[in-house]
Amino acid sequence: MTTQSPNDPDVAVETGSQVPPAEPVTRQPEPDVEPESRWHRAFREIATGNAIISVLAVLLALLVGAIMIAFTDERVQEASVYFFARPGDTFIAIWESVSGAYSAFFQGSIYNFRRPDFATGIRPLTETLTFATPLIAAGLGVALAFRVGMFNIGGRGQMLMASAAAGWVAFSFDLPWGVHMLVALLAGLLAGALWAGIAGLLKARTGAHEVIVTIMLNYVALYLVTWMLRTPGLLQAPGSNNPKTPPMKDTAIFPELLGPQYNLHFGFILAIAAVVLVWWILDRSALGFQFRAVGENPNAARVAGINVKSMYVYAMLISGALIGLAGVSQVLGTVTTGFSSGIDAGIGFDAITVALLGRSTPWGVLAAGILFGAFKAGGFAMQAAEGVPIDIVLVVQSLIVLFIAAPPLVRAIFRLPAPGSGPRRAAPTTTKEVTAK
Amino acid sequence: MKLELRGITKTFGTLVANDHIDLTVEAGEIHCLLGENGAGKSTLMNVLYGLYQADGGEILLDDRVQHFAGPGDAMRAGIGMVHQHFMLIPVFTVAENVMLGHEQTKAGGRLDLPAARAKVREISDRFGFDVDPDALVDDLPVGVQQRVEIIKALSRDARVLVFDEPTAVLTPQETDELMAIMRQLKESGTSIVFITHKLREVREVADRITVIRLGKVVGEASPTATNAELASLMVGRAVELTVQKAPPTLGEPALVVDGLTVIDPIGQLVVNDVSFEVRRGEILAVAGVQGNGQTELTEALVGLQPRVQGSMRLDGNELNGDSVRSILNAGVGFVPEDRKEDGLVGEFSIAENLMLDRADGAPFVKGGNVQLSTLAAFAEEKVAEYDVRTPSIETKVGRLSGGNQQKVVLARELSRDLRLLVAAQPTRGVDVGSIEFIHKRIVETRDAGVPVVVVSTELDEVTALADRIMVMYRGRVVGIVPGDTPRDVLGLMMAGESPNLEGAAA
Repeated sequence: MTTQSPNDPDVAVETGSQVPPAEPVTRQPEPDVEPESRWHRAFREIATGNAIISVLAVLLALLVGAIMIAFTDERVQEASVYFFARPGDTFIAIWESVSGAYSAFFQGSIYNFRRPDFATGIRPLTETLTFATPLIAAGLGVALAFRVGMFNIGGRGQMLMASAAAGWVAFSFDLPWGVHMLVALLAGLLAGALWAGIAGLLKARTGAHEVIVTIMLNYVALYLVTWMLRTPGLLQAPGSNNPKTPPMKDTAIFPELLGPQYNLHFGFILAIAAVVLVWWILDRSALGFQFRAVGENPNAARVAGINVKSMYVYAMLISGALIGLAGVSQVLGTVTTGFSSGIDAGIGFDAITVALLGRSTPWGVLAAGILFGAFKAGGFAMQAAEGVPIDIVLVVQSLIVLFIAAPPLVRAIFRLPAPGSGPRRAAPTTTKEVTAK
Repeated sequence: MKLELRGITKTFGTLVANDHIDLTVEAGEIHCLLGENGAGKSTLMNVLYGLYQADGGEILLDDRVQHFAGPGDAMRAGIGMVHQHFMLIPVFTVAENVMLGHEQTKAGGRLDLPAARAKVREISDRFGFDVDPDALVDDLPVGVQQRVEIIKALSRDARVLVFDEPTAVLTPQETDELMAIMRQLKESGTSIVFITHKLREVREVADRITVIRLGKVVGEASPTATNAELASLMVGRAVELTVQKAPPTLGEPALVVDGLTVIDPIGQLVVNDVSFEVRRGEILAVAGVQGNGQTELTEALVGLQPRVQGSMRLDGNELNGDSVRSILNAGVGFVPEDRKEDGLVGEFSIAENLMLDRADGAPFVKGGNVQLSTLAAFAEEKVAEYDVRTPSIETKVGRLSGGNQQKVVLARELSRDLRLLVAAQPTRGVDVGSIEFIHKRIVETRDAGVPVVVVSTELDEVTALADRIMVMYRGRVVGIVPGDTPRDVLGLMMAGESPNLEGAAA
């Protein structure tokens, strides 16, 4: 539903708000440090803030969504005409439209009570997980880059390159079952990693800002893939004039997890494995320790003998591979009948939201990815059953980001204490109290 | 103007930051507020300035009770504040900064810059400040920026001036000049509250001293009190201010630096042809006014400077050109000048910070995994050994006080197998009790046979620790003199004059 045209304004918006002033060409410490300015500090606060804020932001967004559902509902509008004569009618209409919409949403995303048996009733949940699979994978990629202090907006380009590589292997080679899938998967991961690695390398070597580079690489990837899709012999299906690939070969397609009546595929298992892997990298491994040190304080990391530039490159490679996994799961799992240049379906950008909502932690990203998968699955059901415009779901998603990006607003609404409102200093005798917050 | 604080109480949650504090500052008096970091001095001043609302007590100016809802009210009542971190806009001129917040305008809303310039000139003439109203703040040295802050406060007719640790960023000379300015202000009838934890400064300018500890006034002292008396009031126990150290047992030369030159990004020679050697079991203190190449020298020693010429050999191995990693692995311990920026990751726990520069192998990393239990045991041990005051090893380092943060850095560096220790400003912004501890540790390191290079802009520290003193000026070595060289000679050398003494120890 969020498939974006090549001229999608998202990119322009991101550029406008994120471009820092031009930096001098590389010198030792400054380029590493300069981007760690107010932008990054503000973003870090947003991305690694309180879990409560994330939950409350979702609640608030759903509340605002309810108001919009009520306002756009025709029955509510009709009843409100004679509001002062019979106010009860308006409230009943509001209740019916909102509860109807959200129950359709629930039945479209988790469990459908109208179905006779459990096997078909649970289908919406598997749909949610199917939609969540690429969101989790790509969200992990964005989150990991962020923990190293980098903002990877190149999800779209990395997904496209990964899809193209995995798809090409999947439809043009003849390999035994299993091996074929593995080779296609690896090709996709590699393509995503390399595409992101370009940005990492440029940042490390020249100090080029990764935000700009990844955005621009989105366009390069988009038009490169579009061109390949139009060129017979590359990605275009033989005997066709459409910019679309042939279907994937059966030997490369991810197996379905729960049988043919469900769409949930092996990609979900890979996404869960990626969550565990990223958790291990960030929280348990020496590499992740250095990643986080660089992300929190590149100066101290450099003084401590950590090779900050290599960390930037490694982080982008891993980030790109994770986002590549999202692309692979699209072509080998979700859309196996051949793909066009819209295969990324806006996931590269939704992943940023998912990473934000998940506060850049692996488990948070898992939860946020499933929530956004539910939005996608439930949004369609809401439109079909209640006639609620699908755009409301997009608005709710956007509101979530807005609320997360404005913690003081959420705190004011729910009257939460502001963090750090206590004393700035931390006297030895008082640290207990300070950390208790 | 007479300022009186009566029974000021301020609590944050369960923490009582100020507990019934009484303070009276007479007109034309310099009143010193002395206390360790975290004693509650800054909270008290923020209450006075309207940044915090007191939970109890009242503020009186000339015996009239005041209610400050914000800094604006305080300023209107005649209170000015010179913050430790300057509140200036770097790309504005001096005049623009001074007028900021109470701009005068001409017809049509145009700024009346000439009036602001005249005001700056008038004030700087009155006190002999020598500040150009049209200079960009960014281009001014730190000491002059501070004067701009003072002008800013005076331009609003402040008659009570609060200086919040003003000397932390100043060179010794600038400090002396600031002291002179404070005396001048006092003579013109301004009341001054001077917050610091440096005993020397207190005794130099204060008329009266109030000592605060753990949010309470623990006593008043006169400027004639000895350093030891003041320190024990501040810390709550007797403190040894002089470092006890035996004469050095010198070994063979360990660090030999020859013709070291560091070129900065714009091509200037910030360290110019510096040669020296340090023997085992010896402390070489590098003295000099801030910004004369000492910082770059220490950074070059650990491989942090990109353009370094000349040679530096540790135990015969050339270090120049090696990565930071391999220099650290060669046994160089480094205490960076700015611990918050360069020494610690504030969002990391104490334990994580203790392994920050050892993330590449044993004992904390095996097979790519961080050994959490090894690390925890190590951290518990070091927290106890270095007396880091913290509720737990999982506490974020950014939450600790300056002294405890520095102990974490020191614990990390000294627990490696060292062949050289480089410590830059090891006690900057550290409270008296911790200074004593840190100095002891550095001397112990020396006594264990490790060569030590200490860089400090504090002459007290230099003379307390040094076996030999190397003075730097504009990137060059002025001379290397024995550790017992008189302060006035060192002062002249720091101004660039070669010592008339024959550099016997060099």
